[in-house]
Amino acid sequence: MPTTEHLRVERLTKRFGEVTAVDSASFDVRRGEVHCLLGENGAGKSTLSECLYGFYRPDSGRLFVDGHPVAFSSPRDAIAHGIGMVHQHFVLVTPLSVIENVVLGTHKSGWSANLTEARQRLAEICDRYGIQTDFNAKIWQLSVGEQQWVEILKALYIGAELLILDEPTAVLTPQESERLFRIIRRMTDDGLSVILISHKLNEVMQSDRVTVLRKGKIVGTVNTEETTKSDLVKMMVGRSVSLKAERRELSAGKPVLEVKDLAVNNDRGLRAVNGLTFQIRANEILGIAGVAGNGQKELFEALVGARKVEQGSVHLNGANVTNLSPKSMIDIGIGYIPDDRYRAGLVGEFDIEENLILGLQERAEFSRHKLLDVKRMAKFAQEAINQFGIVTPSSKARANTLSGGNAQKIILARELWSSKSCLLANQPTRGLDVGVIEYVHKMLLEKRSDGFAVLLASEELDDILALSDRIAVIVKGEFMGIFDAGSVSLADLGLLMAGQKLGTSVALEVE
Amino acid sequence: MSELFESTIVVAMLAATLRIATPLLLAAIGELVVQRAGIWNLGIEGTMLMGAFVAYMVAISSGSLWVALFAAILAGILMNMIMAVCAVTFKLNQFVVGLGMNLFAAGTTLFLYREAAIDAGGETLPGLQTFDNLDLFGLADLPYLGRILFSQQFLTYFAFLMVPLVWFFLYRTRFGLEIRSLGENPKALDTKGLSVSGRQYAALAFGGAMTGLAGAFLVLALTDRFVPGMTGGRGWLAFVIIIAGRWRPWPIMLAVFVFAALEAFQLQAQGIGVKVPYQLLLALPYIVAIVAMMAAKNSKVAQPERLGIPYNRE
Repeated sequence: MPTTEHLRVERLTKRFGEVTAVDSASFDVRRGEVHCLLGENGAGKSTLSECLYGFYRPDSGRLFVDGHPVAFSSPRDAIAHGIGMVHQHFVLVTPLSVIENVVLGTHKSGWSANLTEARQRLAEICDRYGIQTDFNAKIWQLSVGEQQWVEILKALYIGAELLILDEPTAVLTPQESERLFRIIRRMTDDGLSVILISHKLNEVMQSDRVTVLRKGKIVGTVNTEETTKSDLVKMMVGRSVSLKAERRELSAGKPVLEVKDLAVNNDRGLRAVNGLTFQIRANEILGIAGVAGNGQKELFEALVGARKVEQGSVHLNGANVTNLSPKSMIDIGIGYIPDDRYRAGLVGEFDIEENLILGLQERAEFSRHKLLDVKRMAKFAQEAINQFGIVTPSSKARANTLSGGNAQKIILARELWSSKSCLLANQPTRGLDVGVIEYVHKMLLEKRSDGFAVLLASEELDDILALSDRIAVIVKGEFMGIFDAGSVSLADLGLLMAGQKLGTSVALEVE
Repeated sequence: MSELFESTIVVAMLAATLRIATPLLLAAIGELVVQRAGIWNLGIEGTMLMGAFVAYMVAISSGSLWVALFAAILAGILMNMIMAVCAVTFKLNQFVVGLGMNLFAAGTTLFLYREAAIDAGGETLPGLQTFDNLDLFGLADLPYLGRILFSQQFLTYFAFLMVPLVWFFLYRTRFGLEIRSLGENPKALDTKGLSVSGRQYAALAFGGAMTGLAGAFLVLALTDRFVPGMTGGRGWLAFVIIIAGRWRPWPIMLAVFVFAALEAFQLQAQGIGVKVPYQLLLALPYIVAIVAMMAAKNSKVAQPERLGIPYNRE
């Protein structure tokens, strides 16, 4: 285990107005270790790391690199001390090529972009760590996973010795995450230190040490070997959380959602969903496992009327609802939790009260004489805030000022309230921390007990396995099959997701 | 006899096209850099008007066209600094600031022009001795082509020269790379510790200089005097041209040609007395502008993603 100190943080505090995001945090990173910062959303992990990168200026506290005190007034200073950062939300320029993104902002003098020289240096870096990417590809042509590599290359290119990775696997498939961890290990073997921000416990367990944050304060630093997942969760949340949702055995009722031979196109007019047939009965959750981008979004949008059904039919409680408008679908009682909560689920500039009645504004509950009934909206918001435990200064807070978990709870509150017999949830736990994930699981199971038909798509196989009665695996818009939950294993699902039919022997490609 | 008559008209029209294209091209190419840096500078019409006014006033008081030219450049830069301070430093709404700049320029120039005219004892001020046309490579007397290509104003040549220069700057230098990134994702620069606002100020200064020159051209070359409101929508047209040219130098030049040719055509058509209401002819370039905007309905793809959105660290 590495022992030399690389970076030390002493009593670092960062305030945003009234809010203290990081409160007197102290910890240290050793050379060559993978040091995990663990904490719920809003615990201050990202703010702390932005301070280490010079992007934010701490209000007080001291930083030491290799034992020498340093002060960063800009990322430029941090870069000069060998600190690089990969931000949670990519900071790539999408119309530019990989190499242009890598060299951007690295020039010290002169007018030339020096692309030829940069290509050489980048090729060396790629060789050393076994990263493959096409330098001339434009960012928009790359998958999110590939974009993640570009971000890492940017940090390596500036000569970072300490790499801060903020939630790097949030957008990666399980295979890509594994590959990332192999490469992180190659980096640490090479003498680099890595600060990994994460809330995925499986990843945290692969680090050398873990520092846990809660509400801006450091709870403690532990050696990963000497701890367990449930201990870490307890430190992070401040209470024990059951990692397994409790699921009652229920017998499925009458068919609620019936989909026959459904075909849907994507934005570019190409088939994204091809001939899907399934039904979901009352008291039943159908889980769709699959890497995002295999037609889930198009499927869900077609089911809620936001995308045209090209072929096939959708029946809800026996009535044909194919190609009804989204408004009719809401009125009929379909609830929808979209995958991108800020783009499709909320209006960021609207406050909580307004977001809670999006699409319901004409309902008698929220309108008087064709005008919004502001008092009832406020009352409804207050009830939702209490019932769902939304953490916010007030019901007038704008949605884009809330953390992901709290934003998701607004959507949950609205959709659970307005839905009557069917709930569609696409990636409902994406980017959320364990406390909220537990809550989302509980809500979905509650609806199942209430006699709802629930369609759940998730990249997290943990979600699928914990909740589903039956599991479908989607690849390129088609089902690889629909299975009873007990009859498939995690490994089976992984293979199916990669497009392999069960029963055929496969030589897994290993790097 | 009628054949000669026609070819004379064609030559005159083509020569006029390049002349009319000059201020549009200067302004559009300057504003292109501004928009690539993420600033949606609607004040371009006002900046051009201010450039024209300052050029004229300095020209009649100093007697030097060159001094007037540089004064116009300076006025253009100063006008755009209004946008820089409001939009870049104080993150105000760029649309509002731009509209304010236009009103400010229209009001100020009208007021000052009247004051100056009254002081001089009349309603209008006299015309100027404008810049002479060049005789490039001594080819001005070449039949047809001479008049079209080789005897234009030096600012016309300068405007067309700026197209490859700005193209080279944007696509081949590291500063160009940084400017292009600003319009798409300024945080990419900020996270490397580079100043976003410094670069946006510089882009606005360049755009202001070019737009000021466009205004000066109206006074010192295209006509011989300042008339209140004389830009007559050329700034707005430059704006449309950038969109039609999808934020790229060469297509912008092409769009400028189209609009300038239409304008030259309508002027000739009026001159010959075509039996179409002249109001319709006058409106022609602007009608085409609307059609061009409609045709460019998927221009969102080409538009810099963060255009018009002030940059804040979250």
